[in-house]
Amino acid sequence: MKGLLKYLNNYKKESVLGPLFKLLEASFELFVPLVMAKMIDIGIAGGDTGYIWWMGGILVLLGVIGLVCSITAQYFAAKAAVGFSAALRRDLFRHIQSLSYSEQDTLGASTLITRMTSDVNQIQSGVNLVLRLFLRSPFIVAGAMIMAFTISPQAALAFVVAIPLLSLVVFGIMKLTIPLYQKAQSQLDHVTKVTRENLTGVRVVRAFHKEEREKETFFAANRELTHTQLFVGKISALLNPITYLLVNAAILWILWSGGWETYNGALTQGAVVALVNYMSQILVELIKLANLIVSVTKALACGRRVQAVFDTKSTLTSPENAAPQPEQLPREIVAFEDVFFAYRGTQADSLSGITFRVSRGETVGIIGGTGSGKSSLVNLIPRFYDVRAGRVLVDGIDVREYSLDELRTKVGVVPQKAVLFQGTVRENLLWGNESATEPELLEALRRAQAMDFINSRPEGLDTVIQQGGRNLSGGQRQRLTIARALVRRPEILILDDSSSALDYATDAALRQALREIEGETTVFIVSQRASSIRHAGQILVLDDGVLAGLGTHEQLLESCPVYQEICKSQLTK
Amino acid sequence: MGNKKQTNTPQGAVIKNILRYIKPYWLTVLATILFAAITVGLTLYVPILIGQAVDCIIGPGQVDFTGILRVMQIIALAVLLTSVFQWLMNRCNNHIAYHVVRDIRDKAFSKLTILPLSYLDQRQTGEVVSRIVADVDQFSEGLLMGFTQLFTGIATILGTLGFMVSLHGGITLVVVLITPVSLLVASYIARKTYSMFKLQSEARGEITSLIDEMVGNQKVVQAFSYEKKAEARFDVINDRLSRYSLRAIFFSSITNPATRFVNGLVYAGVGITGALIAANGGITVGVLSSFLSYANQYTKPFNEISGVVTELQNALACFARVFELIEQPAEVPDAPNAKVLSKADGSVDLEHVYFSYTPGQRLIEDLNLSVKPGQRVAIVGPTGCGKSTLINLLMRFYDVDQGEIRVNGIPIKKMTRESLRNNYGMVLQETWLRSGTIRENIAYGYPNATEEQVIEAAKAVHAHSFIRRLPQGYDTIVSEDGGNLSQGQKQLLCIARVMLSLPPMLILDEATSSIDTRTEQRVQQAFAKMMEGRTSFIVAHRLSTIQEADVILVMKDGNIIEQGTHQQLLEKKGFYHQLYQSQFAH
Repeated sequence: MKGLLKYLNNYKKESVLGPLFKLLEASFELFVPLVMAKMIDIGIAGGDTGYIWWMGGILVLLGVIGLVCSITAQYFAAKAAVGFSAALRRDLFRHIQSLSYSEQDTLGASTLITRMTSDVNQIQSGVNLVLRLFLRSPFIVAGAMIMAFTISPQAALAFVVAIPLLSLVVFGIMKLTIPLYQKAQSQLDHVTKVTRENLTGVRVVRAFHKEEREKETFFAANRELTHTQLFVGKISALLNPITYLLVNAAILWILWSGGWETYNGALTQGAVVALVNYMSQILVELIKLANLIVSVTKALACGRRVQAVFDTKSTLTSPENAAPQPEQLPREIVAFEDVFFAYRGTQADSLSGITFRVSRGETVGIIGGTGSGKSSLVNLIPRFYDVRAGRVLVDGIDVREYSLDELRTKVGVVPQKAVLFQGTVRENLLWGNESATEPELLEALRRAQAMDFINSRPEGLDTVIQQGGRNLSGGQRQRLTIARALVRRPEILILDDSSSALDYATDAALRQALREIEGETTVFIVSQRASSIRHAGQILVLDDGVLAGLGTHEQLLESCPVYQEICKSQLTK
Repeated sequence: MGNKKQTNTPQGAVIKNILRYIKPYWLTVLATILFAAITVGLTLYVPILIGQAVDCIIGPGQVDFTGILRVMQIIALAVLLTSVFQWLMNRCNNHIAYHVVRDIRDKAFSKLTILPLSYLDQRQTGEVVSRIVADVDQFSEGLLMGFTQLFTGIATILGTLGFMVSLHGGITLVVVLITPVSLLVASYIARKTYSMFKLQSEARGEITSLIDEMVGNQKVVQAFSYEKKAEARFDVINDRLSRYSLRAIFFSSITNPATRFVNGLVYAGVGITGALIAANGGITVGVLSSFLSYANQYTKPFNEISGVVTELQNALACFARVFELIEQPAEVPDAPNAKVLSKADGSVDLEHVYFSYTPGQRLIEDLNLSVKPGQRVAIVGPTGCGKSTLINLLMRFYDVDQGEIRVNGIPIKKMTRESLRNNYGMVLQETWLRSGTIRENIAYGYPNATEEQVIEAAKAVHAHSFIRRLPQGYDTIVSEDGGNLSQGQKQLLCIARVMLSLPPMLILDEATSSIDTRTEQRVQQAFAKMMEGRTSFIVAHRLSTIQEADVILVMKDGNIIEQGTHQQLLEKKGFYHQLYQSQFAH
């Protein structure tokens, strides 16, 4: 959490001036009861109207000064808080962008997004509140007590007893309730989960006719939540009555001892009124402080969550001195040398002892069952993950020696999930290569079998894609992601099971089109369909992370039992 | 669809409905109002008492101790009573608020279980969830808490006015004249800041959607080395956001000092006029001190009320959204004389079936099909041809627009949905598992299954070996959306779930799409055994999985364009032949 404080560094002046002006305002507020006491004791008792007007003027003046001070304070606090969160958000975004696939897998995108948005907003309001109010309330409490002492040490004893008791009550109740509120929050999460589950699984629930049982589950979760809420409510309902009771008990003491002192001539009537006023001020401030602490606790929790993101360091960075690009590109473009790979947090290797070599311009098919390591293998080429042992070479150089940018420019990836971004088709395609010309874009679309669908849109290349590509079908999205990778004119093109949403005819046409670029581009095709890869120059058969076969379709059909089995299940008539 | 639509239910109807939910607690409501009135009255009475006590303290030698004691006793009693009633009021309030929330949520969720799928399919899950969770929360906080604040606020204002007038009319006039200034200032600032808040929330929306896209799809962003450009776009919006934020926060935070300043003016006004009157003997110092505490109290509810009104409006809007959900027409209930289909023989007939999701967009037209008991029916065709729609109709997730579907010769509209669905075992492409253990999930349709039966079902679909390897075996908790299992493993569990209950008819919609071909082949054997003697509907992409079907329906654009066995269809050299060639030949 402390680490986040550095974002206030650029706002040192504001962070000091804000609270300072707030304290100034509070000090002026503390004078008000004193002025009133003078008005009563001198003005009223002596019938001095001039004095009353004079003191009244001072009251207004105190108000004006207070207003100016607090507006100044608000300005500085707002400036510091907003500046803080802007800098924090900026760095957080950069940091998240730098996280490698491994960290993203562990953290998950959805929590990263909430941390960047709602958590940062909470922190911003927390900082703002702290700068404005955190000093003010204790200051007024302490100030009121000091003022009370200057008026009458004996009557001020009431403050000495009441303030610790009040603090005890306020903070005691908070200490009891904050964890309970957190419990209620997690029970609310449970209610949310049950609801969400029933919506996503509505067909299954109804098919099995489990509506009543699901209702019971929900009712139980709902009742649990209500129970906790009522229980916390019971405790926090005590706060106001108890503090009210304590403050008034103190006032009674002030009246009683104030009466005696006045009788003995040590105090005046006005002074007693002032003491009563101070006591009321303290009550108001303590309640404010309690509310403040609740917000600050929330902000601190958010701060910890954000800090946790910063503490997650990317394990995968560009080397300080990237290797120079060889002048003569070797014939062998990709090579795996005894590669072992395991995902973070798992014991077993997802890939073990993989060795193969690929020549420039070759087409490589990768096939195998679910979870056999096909995607893991291709993800190692652009260094989305690091190997556990062994080496992955691109153009004869270990991928860990490249700068990430340079390496990834060589590679065009079409991921399993067809992701497009808000913007036009053109903008999306330019992701692949910013300087691509219009004919190049069209050529890529043609190869990706997306031409007919672009032509059918009146806006053509400028057709707007909604967020997540909602306005396109799965197959259309997939074809556009393929086109995007082709625009890049990569040395290595990776199709990671990226034609699954295409019907077989389109898939076949796509493969035909890809054959045109054979020779200039090395293509890796990951697929579950044997028909998609059977013409590849080299087929890797993966089984449980191990290379079960390597060769052409014909060779494998003869020698590789796993491949035989796959083909038998798919290709026999 | 995704954004929160404003509902257009009239406010009157909304309020009437809210009252319906509060009605069961009317006694508590009455009690709350009573307690609140007492609390406010007593709270306001205490300053007068303190004033009286102050009046007993005049100066050296002039203190009426018996008087003070007497007043102090009354104060003590009043304070004690205030505390008790305030506590009771808070308790009652919580009671109403949380119970009303619970009732509304129960009702809303119950509604979910009977809403037609056409309603749910059209809405995003998140939106419906937020109605049941967030909107209900907002409603309770806004309405019920707001209501008490409003009530006590108004009571305080009226009470204070009454007490002040009873003490001294002239000074009351000063208070009444200055206070509205505070309201004016507050509403002026609120109006000014509204536009700034709007700008701020627009910028916030923009940055959120950028974060959503870039962080949500970061793998692609990195694959295309787009990070630098994403950062540049982010910085532009971030700068704009912080500019708007600064203005919005600063201007809105002026409200507080400004109203406090007006309070100060009221205080000074009361002080000056009160003191002037007191100097001429018009009132006592005690009365002045009572006035001073009123001056502090009087302006506060005004400031609060303006906030409460917006909160109440917000609460109404939230309730209207929940209300809209609760008031949705439910599925057409089962006919009163609906038959219970105990065990279907497996004959299914579709006669002149017409169906479309949106009126005007034709989908299924004049579909006829007759399935004999025990037949295996495979449905193939390109995406969007109506395969899944057919299943929606068979299971009666949707009702046909025209025509009739019969099982056992009985129209399915004339039997209970429960008994119809009990006769189907369904495995869908989307694998849905409930959070709970693996065992609970397999036994979902048949909770009384023995351990042996569960394991047998798992073995039949070749899931036993991977389940055994999980940390807690069959007791492993499947997390939300089954995140700790692979897609293929989840699908195996879904199949095991159906294996266990084994109804007379089966629907397999791309049931093995995520399972690798080798495992699939083994599962096929289990399927084959399962389908023996059972009418089955099989939707599949991979043509290899359906060649043994008794009849293959080739669908295109909502119509069955070819029908026959694999061999017949191949010989016909039609659309099926084309599909087959593209998959198996080159």
